[in-house]
Amino acid sequence: MLTQRQKLAWAVVVLAAFSSVVLFAGFFAPYDFAAQDRDAPFAPPTAIHFVDAGGTFHIRPFVYGQPGSGADAASGAPDSKQTFAIRWLVRGAPYKIAGLVSARVRLFGVAEPGRIFLMGSDGYGRDQFSRFLYGGQISLLAGLIAAILSVSLGTVTGGIAGYYGGWIDDLLMRGGELFLALPWLYLLFAVRAALPLHISQWQVFLLLISVMGLIGWARPARLIRGVVLSAKERNFVLAARGFGASDAYLLRRHVLPQTYAVLLTQITLLVPQYVMAEVTLTFLGLGVGEPMPSWGALLSSLEQYSVLASYWWMFLPALLLIPLLVVFYAAADALQELHKSVPL
Amino acid sequence: MRRMGLSRVSLVLMVAIWCACSAAHGVSLQAGEERMIVDGAPGHAGGRLVIALRSEPKTLNPALALDEPSRDVIRAMTADLIHINRGSLKTEPALAKSWSVSRDGRQYTLQLRRGVRFSDGEPFNADDVIFSFQVYLDEKVDSSQRDLLVVGGKPIIVVKVDDYAVRFELAQPYAAAERLFDSVAILPRHLLQSGYRAGGLSQAWSLSMPPGEFAGLGPFRLKEYVAGQRVVLERNPYYWKADRAGNQLPYLNEVVFLFVPSEDAQVIRFQSGDTDVLSRFSAENFAVLQKQQGVKGYHLDDLGAGLEYNFLFFNMNDLTASGLPEIAKKQAWFQDLRFRQAVSAAIDREGIVRLVYSGRATPIWDQVTPGNKLWLDGKIAHPARSPERARELLRSAGFSWKSDGALLDPHGNQVAFSILTSSSNAQRTKIATLLQDDLSQLGMTVQVVPLEFRAMVDRLLNTHNYEAAVMGLVSGDADPTSEMNVWLSSGETHLWHPRQEKAATPWESEMDRLMEQQLVTLDYAKRKSLYDRVQEIVAEELPVICLVSPNILVGAANRVGNFRPAILVPYALWNIEQLYVQ
Repeated sequence: MLTQRQKLAWAVVVLAAFSSVVLFAGFFAPYDFAAQDRDAPFAPPTAIHFVDAGGTFHIRPFVYGQPGSGADAASGAPDSKQTFAIRWLVRGAPYKIAGLVSARVRLFGVAEPGRIFLMGSDGYGRDQFSRFLYGGQISLLAGLIAAILSVSLGTVTGGIAGYYGGWIDDLLMRGGELFLALPWLYLLFAVRAALPLHISQWQVFLLLISVMGLIGWARPARLIRGVVLSAKERNFVLAARGFGASDAYLLRRHVLPQTYAVLLTQITLLVPQYVMAEVTLTFLGLGVGEPMPSWGALLSSLEQYSVLASYWWMFLPALLLIPLLVVFYAAADALQELHKSVPL
Repeated sequence: MRRMGLSRVSLVLMVAIWCACSAAHGVSLQAGEERMIVDGAPGHAGGRLVIALRSEPKTLNPALALDEPSRDVIRAMTADLIHINRGSLKTEPALAKSWSVSRDGRQYTLQLRRGVRFSDGEPFNADDVIFSFQVYLDEKVDSSQRDLLVVGGKPIIVVKVDDYAVRFELAQPYAAAERLFDSVAILPRHLLQSGYRAGGLSQAWSLSMPPGEFAGLGPFRLKEYVAGQRVVLERNPYYWKADRAGNQLPYLNEVVFLFVPSEDAQVIRFQSGDTDVLSRFSAENFAVLQKQQGVKGYHLDDLGAGLEYNFLFFNMNDLTASGLPEIAKKQAWFQDLRFRQAVSAAIDREGIVRLVYSGRATPIWDQVTPGNKLWLDGKIAHPARSPERARELLRSAGFSWKSDGALLDPHGNQVAFSILTSSSNAQRTKIATLLQDDLSQLGMTVQVVPLEFRAMVDRLLNTHNYEAAVMGLVSGDADPTSEMNVWLSSGETHLWHPRQEKAATPWESEMDRLMEQQLVTLDYAKRKSLYDRVQEIVAEELPVICLVSPNILVGAANRVGNFRPAILVPYALWNIEQLYVQ
């Protein structure tokens, strides 16, 4: 059995590894996220072979050529007359590392006109695997930062409201309720109308973070307030107060630490929620537009019956997200357990 | 009225009861009753159809209905004077058994069918016609039909000649006058007049009223409404149509409209046999249904191109005083014909057909689709995609390319613009994404901006804060008159530059002249040549760059007899009185 500390270490390593793959998506993805192959819409994942049609074994894995063109490329069998060996560190479409350094080297690829779609292609013949990696750049980061932002805002307001009580509590909590009750849809319309039509990738990123972070603070604030309310009445807090501890000291040293568990669960719950919220924002013109990929957009393509019924590989992004979120929860869980074992 | 969204209908039938003669089924023929005999194989009486609607009808009042579900139900409950046969796209007698036109083309005298009765048994005569048109033309009622009934700026004048003859006087000759009467439902004066006089027509005929308060001249009448679930119609025993064998129509005993809120849910219910007729669904869902076509008891039809045309257009509004200097600068490109020609030449229309519509669409180069056989101009050229020609055109217009391939305008600015689409229309967003890729091969930086539908329309028609957009339009009728508001420079839907006071370009003023002229020309051949010229201008000047026309797709259970889908709305149920259960 792993100790909590080991568990945390593993989770952090996995998350860090995954995040760096996403950060260097250009290197790990064989294709550009927008590159279309109009002859291969909804192509199933490309099978990787070691033994060719003649029964010969190859040390270097290879793929067969794409089936004939047309809308039914998905149902056609691959062209086994053509083989394309998988090559490592190939020169592919140009990309930018972290938006700064230009590069062309990609981890793997096959020669034209061969295609390697590890997770199949979407309706435009774009590589799902590449789009999944690129999509993480926006979704993972924006989701995480927005979750931290809304939870921090919630902590500050909820903490103050719960600790001081009285009219401050009333003011902050009624304000929070007002926030929850606001017709956000129309406010977002107004935000969209006020913005220029062109929104650059960075602006989209900041916009997603601020919209989701600002809208989401009221719920965590309520939770935190409840925890603080009960925490401040506990004997050791009262004792510390009796010894003349200041409000700031009490909050920092005794009250807020008791909210850690709630905070962590809130963040881990909000991240996946925000990944999907981005789809709604995209619908309103406030999110990532085509052809930029995002996890939300990859998942939302599953909402069509025809895709659901015909192309099983469209589920792959969702399946990949499950272990990632499990690791997320594991990390939060370990943090929480570790924290519990530290005497207050 | 123009429809920009899509919704869907389907129907089911359950039990077929063989009935040998109409007298046992309905009310026998009264002396002097002039029934209309319709073509088509005689069917069996009885049975029940279930049709899925995308949402609950908002009203059953024909003067107020704007949404497709309301209209679908109302269509089954009402009748018009002259009807457009959805199969032939031509007009045919309905409640008016015949009509004559004065020599100057301004007076239409309609002879009404005698002995016709409303679904509550009350007789129909000229007073009901006068009353109906009085309602539709009343500005206080604010009906959507009013726009159509104002010809040459003046409302049509309706005069009672005798109990069974009515004269309509138009301010100017009007080529498509007969077609005006289509879908203008005749209202029962005996039920609505007192409410109308008291100013309460806007409350009349909401769904919650008891069925006895409704009466119409259509094949079915209201039986039951269950909020949130269904509307049930029953056979109108007084209906005035009969089949060739003399059996009174309709055949069906009951029509049930279920409320099924999404296209996917409707497709699934059709697939499982819950509903028997399906229309207004995507090519992707067609492909899904096709896989089980032989196994399950339904068949699918691809009727070919409908009347919908999808296109790309650029903002050509006068933006001098609008506070949009960024867009105004880019208009120098948009207004250059060679730029638009280059864009058109670079577009892979076949790719759109294949990827967006799974092959179930037709590439188009002007606004009249191959589905509209009466008005299609066969002389319009269909140039194949040619990025080389596009580059040549751009070069001749003074554009150049940077070393990294980016396109520069004659002043050295990089060519970048955004294409607006409606985020609720998956197909159009997909089209825009393909266009973006096509144009990036010319070195243009294009962003696709999907917006919520109303926000998009507001930008297109009111604020003009956009650069380019992908849109689709579909007329309720094949006649060019229904396109007046699109092609007149003063039109509300003259999308690239709506509501002009004076035509901004020579070709727009020529289009104005042609459209006005075809409106008052009565001879079809002459009108056709006028409208051909309009199509040529659209193809030459490219105010809208036409892309594709999606096919009309329908499906029906094998048990539904006389199923004859058409490319005009309502695609599948236009002959609901003739549908029967085998």
